[in-house]
Amino acid sequence: MKRIVSNMAGVVLEFLVKPGEMVIVDQDVVMLESMKMQIPIQSTVAGVVKTIKVNEGDFVDDGDVLIEVE
Amino acid sequence: MTSNAERLAAEIERIKKGGVEKYHIRNREQKKLFARDRLKLLLDDGKIEFEDGMFAECLNPELPGDGNITGVGRIHGRPVAFSASDSTVKAGSAGEKSVQKNLRIQEMAMQMRIPIFYLIDSAGARITDQIRLFPGRNQGGRTFYNQIKMSGVIPQISIMFGPSPAGAAYTPAFADIAIMVEGNASAYLGSPRMAEIVTREIVTLDEMGGARMHCTVSGLGDFLATDEEDAIRIAREYFKYMPQNYLEKPADAEPMPPASDRPLHEIVPEVQSKPFNMYDFINSLVDGGSFLEIKKLFAPELITAFARLNGRAIGIVANQPRVKGGVLFTDSSDKGTRFVNTCNAFNIPLLFLADVSGFMIGSAVERAGIIRHGAKFIAAISQVVVPKICVVVRKCYGAGLYAMAGPAFGTDVVIALPTAQIAVMGPEAAINAVFANQIAEMPEEQREPFRKMMEARYAEDIDIFRLASELIVDTITPFEALRAELIARYNIYQTKEARFSECRNPIYPV
Repeated sequence: MKRIVSNMAGVVLEFLVKPGEMVIVDQDVVMLESMKMQIPIQSTVAGVVKTIKVNEGDFVDDGDVLIEVE
Repeated sequence: MTSNAERLAAEIERIKKGGVEKYHIRNREQKKLFARDRLKLLLDDGKIEFEDGMFAECLNPELPGDGNITGVGRIHGRPVAFSASDSTVKAGSAGEKSVQKNLRIQEMAMQMRIPIFYLIDSAGARITDQIRLFPGRNQGGRTFYNQIKMSGVIPQISIMFGPSPAGAAYTPAFADIAIMVEGNASAYLGSPRMAEIVTREIVTLDEMGGARMHCTVSGLGDFLATDEEDAIRIAREYFKYMPQNYLEKPADAEPMPPASDRPLHEIVPEVQSKPFNMYDFINSLVDGGSFLEIKKLFAPELITAFARLNGRAIGIVANQPRVKGGVLFTDSSDKGTRFVNTCNAFNIPLLFLADVSGFMIGSAVERAGIIRHGAKFIAAISQVVVPKICVVVRKCYGAGLYAMAGPAFGTDVVIALPTAQIAVMGPEAAINAVFANQIAEMPEEQREPFRKMMEARYAEDIDIFRLASELIVDTITPFEALRAELIARYNIYQTKEARFSECRNPIYPV
């Protein structure tokens, strides 16, 4: 199981992928909001989105798992 | 021929072959080149102009050159000194004579004011010889003392082809730049085996001190090269931006139009919170093919790069709104500090491209020392005396304005683009900060209209034309005129003469 983690503390604004979708390295997968900026989180892995681990509106910290990829 | 002349020819031939064949085979298995082949790739026409200490330990057949090659060659037609460890001789480890060779080439480079290249691939110091090479006045420690003394006087470029363990790990740290070959280069104070014995930590070499780790996490590495040829290509490319020493300026190149003709105004969204890719902006601004990024993989929320404007070398410090919102962190502060110091040392004018909502806030970064790291960055941009231009691309809030060389920091000019916004903080945060209590006391239905009204008033207050009218920014420049204006200004600023202050040493935070 590969993981996509947040690289910054912030609030999840929206998910740009759904379970079952293919993702590639460097693809924007989640939009966070932090420091009044929209912050795209890129995938560091390639594969199929298995589980989305947090909800829109959740606070996430640096290093928190956002998406699990197979 | 006399017997000594014959002996000399045979000796030169033997020494130039390096260690015995099995170590050359091992090199090839590890995708490593022989040290002399590396030098052939690095130097113009593959030529060493002269070599020192070739006969070090020549009476010991096991130690050709004592595992080290030092001398002078040329790169882009300019003389450079080099010291290359030879991994086919005692795994490139440092012996008594190789330390002496290193000291001599360093001292020569310092006196002649020519750059020095370190080609690193060494198992470290030969512990069996330690009292003859490690602790004394003219031994190993002195090579680092020399490096520190040479820092900012002549360029020092390290290329790491193999290990650089323990004390030797400081060689790339004291050099201006560390280019690391992925898979082979490493640096660590204690090996994984030592860590296991001393602290019981189980860790691989790659995790502990591999090239990728150092280029992405620790920040020791500046370039992650795919192989040895790539590393040498990067070193030659980097050297184009370096003068011979601090008294000279980098050479100009042939002017080129930008690589992209996409208009700048199309790249920058007006909505301050919307991310964009600063690389696109730079691509449409600087000479095509001139962009060389330093520490690309480390703290990517801040871009530090050499480039050219109309052929003239500049150093770019730019926020990257696409990564972490371009917000400044402890690592980005370190990265910016080191880069502006490099540019100042070698007369490379600076260009700051600002779009930053400030330094990161929160308990995690406070514990990590965001204040002292930010202060270090601000101190660095203050004391640089090379031509210094700040372009406020979009927002520039809080101490972000200071770190990006805002008006108060000896900056030659602050240019605003029409999208620029300068403030202590953004409108929303400011209204919350000032009126939070008042808003809380209001009936629910009045809160939003009040907030909107105050935000509009705030926006008027920080309107960029107001700031230009107050001479806070020196000018507002249309997007399409930015490149021409920068070229014209750097042309005038090139004769700048400045000193920052006189003292024994400043006491800046680290």
